[in-house]
Amino acid sequence: MLRYTIKRLISLFISLAVASIVIFAVIEIAPGDPASFMLGMNAQPETLAALRAELGLDVPKVQRYLTWVGGMLSGDFGTSYTYRTPVMDMISDRLWVSLPLALYALVLSTALAFPAGIYAASRRGQAGDIGVMGATQLGVAVPNFWFAMMLVLIFAINLRWFAAGGFVGWDKGLWAGLHALTLPAIALALPQAAILARVMRSSLLDVLGEDFMRTARAKGLTARQALWRHGLRNALIPVLTIIGLQFSFLLAGSIIIEQVFYLPGLGRLVFQSISARDLIVVESVVMLLVFSVITVNFLVDLAYAAVDPRLRSRT
Amino acid sequence: MIRNLIIGGVLSAVFVCAALISFVWTPYDHAALDIANKLKTPNALHLLGTDHFGRDILSMIMVGARTSIAVALVAVGIGMGLGVPLGLWAAARQGTWLDELIMRGNDLVFAFPSLVIAILITAIFGAGAINAIIAIGIFNIPVFARITRGAALSLWRREFILAARVAGKSAARISVEHILPNVTNLLIVQGTIQFSLGILAEAGLSYVGLGAQPPTPSWGRMLADAQTLVSIAPHMALVPGFAIILTVLGLNLMGDGLRDYLDPRLRVARV
Repeated sequence: MLRYTIKRLISLFISLAVASIVIFAVIEIAPGDPASFMLGMNAQPETLAALRAELGLDVPKVQRYLTWVGGMLSGDFGTSYTYRTPVMDMISDRLWVSLPLALYALVLSTALAFPAGIYAASRRGQAGDIGVMGATQLGVAVPNFWFAMMLVLIFAINLRWFAAGGFVGWDKGLWAGLHALTLPAIALALPQAAILARVMRSSLLDVLGEDFMRTARAKGLTARQALWRHGLRNALIPVLTIIGLQFSFLLAGSIIIEQVFYLPGLGRLVFQSISARDLIVVESVVMLLVFSVITVNFLVDLAYAAVDPRLRSRT
Repeated sequence: MIRNLIIGGVLSAVFVCAALISFVWTPYDHAALDIANKLKTPNALHLLGTDHFGRDILSMIMVGARTSIAVALVAVGIGMGLGVPLGLWAAARQGTWLDELIMRGNDLVFAFPSLVIAILITAIFGAGAINAIIAIGIFNIPVFARITRGAALSLWRREFILAARVAGKSAARISVEHILPNVTNLLIVQGTIQFSLGILAEAGLSYVGLGAQPPTPSWGRMLADAQTLVSIAPHMALVPGFAIILTVLGLNLMGDGLRDYLDPRLRVARV
């Protein structure tokens, strides 16, 4: 296990290093100089040079890359070009919206998918199974931002149960915050729940065909008991992997959903920063998202190997 | 199930036909403004109603289908065109540093949240259909590389490949002449799935204003236009929404049906 962990750890670091280089390079070749963008077309060359020096844009690219990465390692993401505030503060403010939203959606998606998947698997080939599978086909096909608009139309505009958009802030209390995030979380969770339910069903069906399930029935357990005691636990491994992967999808997916609900999250930050050529913010948010995906995948791999020793020998 | 194939095929065909017909005929000019008739609900003159500028929604949907299909199709083309050769190459050099490099590169692309990078690419190099295609296409490459490699690896152990090697064929020739024809079914099925994902991605990008630019109609932007008017004119949101859902549903059903039809033993990881 130690060998495997070290091996995976090395590949984790290589992935992160390559990812940071790619992101830096992409931003570098982007047309448009932040300094001239901030000062406008008629800026004096001296002012421009002074600002470039102040923003640290006049040093060689390699050095700038190293400063950026080194800063991130010590928790300093640099200073925003437009707002002149530490990028770290801007990101952490927004994370307080995006992260709870992603987690909320993850909980909803799991809560929806587990019963649906188990129900469908236990009624394989019957009307209930076909119904659930049909619903998941539909769930996968619905664009989440459109679904979000429909939720707003029904629950915010017609029924007035929720606000149509905006975020009250957590200082108004946990309940008010969760209430404001409910519609976005539902919109975000639906397609993921459909995928998860399908995985849950097929994974459970695989397990139900195993010999030990027959043994469980043979020793006198009812189908239901066997399913809950032996089937579910074994079926969960692939499902947990998908849940791990979904977290990053949800975090990234919230970018579009935030646009629908005018939520002040990471997505809004990225769009604002892109239009203001505030590249250091864009760079940092993208790196943060990629970092979270790579790290979550790494943790899932480790958890998987801890549960299933056969995987350790494979790389 | 053959039923999936038929339902999916018919749904997909409807939208492909709508897109093709739009080249020669639409009920109205899709860009013609008619303020006097704005926000009309579906009626005999405008079968799917009109938008806030009085444009005919059916015409816009038909021309929009063209955009969606073109973007998704080219994006799948990019993914296959680069991903399949990479997958074949990695499989032919299985276990070497080249294989490792290709597969780690794939993992890396997978690690980028696709939407974020798509937004990054389109935002930095400018919004537009071409950049949307590239952004979506890049993420199709590892998908095709991975499934091609996986399928090719098991083929390389088969006896007919051994025979070809004994006959003195090079790895490249074997890959093209013997491996590729045997993974085609798999690629068709995956291609259908990626096609439907491409349509969803295009809709998402043009919804946030990073896809095809005006005056080119696109389903995603029709939804963006509809958003502020959703309480007054719900049909403006419902029609493009259903167009996307039905197309994606059709393609997914067709993919499922094709998989069962082409090879019942085939189980593509469909998640």
